[in-house]
Amino acid sequence: MAIPKVVGTETEYGISAIGAPEFNPVISSSLLISTYAGALRRIRWDYEQESPLRDARGFEPVQVREPSEEDLGLANVILPNGARYYVDHAHPEYSTPECATPRELVIHDKAGERVLERSMLELERAVPTGQRIAVYKNNSDGKGNSYGTHENYLVDRAVPFGNIVRDLTPFFVSRQIFCGAGKLGAEAPWDDRNRHRYQISQRADFFEAEVGLETTLKRPIINTRDEPHADPDKYRRLHVIVGDANLCEVAILLKVGTTSLVLKMIEDEYLPDLTVANAVASLHEVSRNLGGRGMVRLADGRRLTAVQLQWEFLERAKKYVEQEDPTSDNQEVVERWESVLTALEDDPMQLHRELDWVAKYRLLEGYRERDGLDWSDHKLRLIDLQYHDVRRERGLYHRLAATGKVERIVSDHEIERAVMEPPEDTRAYFRGRCISRYPDAIAAASWDSVIFDTGREALQRVPMREPLRGTRAHVEELLERSPDPATLVDLLKS
Amino acid sequence: MPQEQEQKRTQRRDGGGEGDEAAGQVEQTSRTEKLKEEMDEILDEIDSVLEENAEEFVKSYVQKGGE
Repeated sequence: MAIPKVVGTETEYGISAIGAPEFNPVISSSLLISTYAGALRRIRWDYEQESPLRDARGFEPVQVREPSEEDLGLANVILPNGARYYVDHAHPEYSTPECATPRELVIHDKAGERVLERSMLELERAVPTGQRIAVYKNNSDGKGNSYGTHENYLVDRAVPFGNIVRDLTPFFVSRQIFCGAGKLGAEAPWDDRNRHRYQISQRADFFEAEVGLETTLKRPIINTRDEPHADPDKYRRLHVIVGDANLCEVAILLKVGTTSLVLKMIEDEYLPDLTVANAVASLHEVSRNLGGRGMVRLADGRRLTAVQLQWEFLERAKKYVEQEDPTSDNQEVVERWESVLTALEDDPMQLHRELDWVAKYRLLEGYRERDGLDWSDHKLRLIDLQYHDVRRERGLYHRLAATGKVERIVSDHEIERAVMEPPEDTRAYFRGRCISRYPDAIAAASWDSVIFDTGREALQRVPMREPLRGTRAHVEELLERSPDPATLVDLLKS
Repeated sequence: MPQEQEQKRTQRRDGGGEGDEAAGQVEQTSRTEKLKEEMDEILDEIDSVLEENAEEFVKSYVQKGGE
């Protein structure tokens, strides 16, 4: 039986200083985060368990170690909600805490936007004469540079990695038809940037390989990074780099909900062989066909549209949920999945309330019609960018949401709460609560440990190798019985 | 944010409020007209928040390094 799909996302936000193109994005990102954290206390991230170059295929490449971000003094904090907020290369990055359901992930992914928005406001307050920083939840600058939105899924270590590659590749090639964030033009080096007016995915242009370890060069559809942040004998953390950043809540729910279900079906060997003949070419083709009719050729010779390929997965998923895993969360995902595929087959433009790529496309078409704009008009490029601005007063997605033009599936209250409160049913609860309760006593924390400085001679490390332990049900009472961290550590040992 | 811009935005918001009242009467009109009206409303809203100087703004948005 498949293991529960604990999930989290990491979003690298685009950053710019308005009216100051020469600004330093690394320093500005750091400033943004440290200003936010100023109110929340700074906590050193523990790199102890991190080894990003370990490969799922089982070899460890040799690499000269560059100075870590920590050495350079860049901001890197854990928040009371269990999230990690730090500088990654030249971007502020927000990693959600581990979530046990797709719906919980939607809430925490959206809470990340609020953290970035709040950071900007705090920075403007702290340095009123400083540069005005803007932050975008997107994946491309429209000039050939991309930055990632990665998803992470807990997967059973016993599943052969080859099965994951075989079954997940056709799914990833086609899922963009509902979780693409849309963009003007093309950025693939081999393509003419003006030949395509608009495409479904922000990221598809940047993928050149089927399987591999890279995330910045020759990006692969299936990334093999093997860094479980959990018991490595039992678990794999599947690191997915092929997705777009979504603002629409329905798109986020579908992205992680359908992928979680497909992974469960892979673990339970529930899927037929849908191996794609040329996955990279198909990924590009699907992104470039706004009708959802981009053709995908399978290894067995069949030719299916992206929508038809998704139906193959959905039909299996419906049976799977009914027979093996009939939770209300799964049922919600399957029902959404079906209604979206039905609409995509009929007329994708109906989905402007649900999907980012359609919502944005409709805006662009509206401007073209009203103002008679050409596809190359700068105003359209601005709309393509500003759709992703995280400020609720400025971001075009957020203006649509505020005026009821996109569908909401979680409440503002839930999102606000998630800015400070961890999920209750994963180990993020323990991490977040410890950070809130004992901020002065935490020497370091990582995804799978919290290290306490209780004033005793040695630091006390509490490992968290099980993502579904350390939940509210497990530790709330223990925390309440511990007025100080020394008591907590003693109770945990007893 | 420049004051001028702030003012413009406030005015637009007021304009949007009148649109809402008008929307009540529109119910009998055809679906196409309703859709067009909705789109006009959306574009008005967006006009009020779009950054100035689109060309310069988009040109200066360059992201190097990531992942």
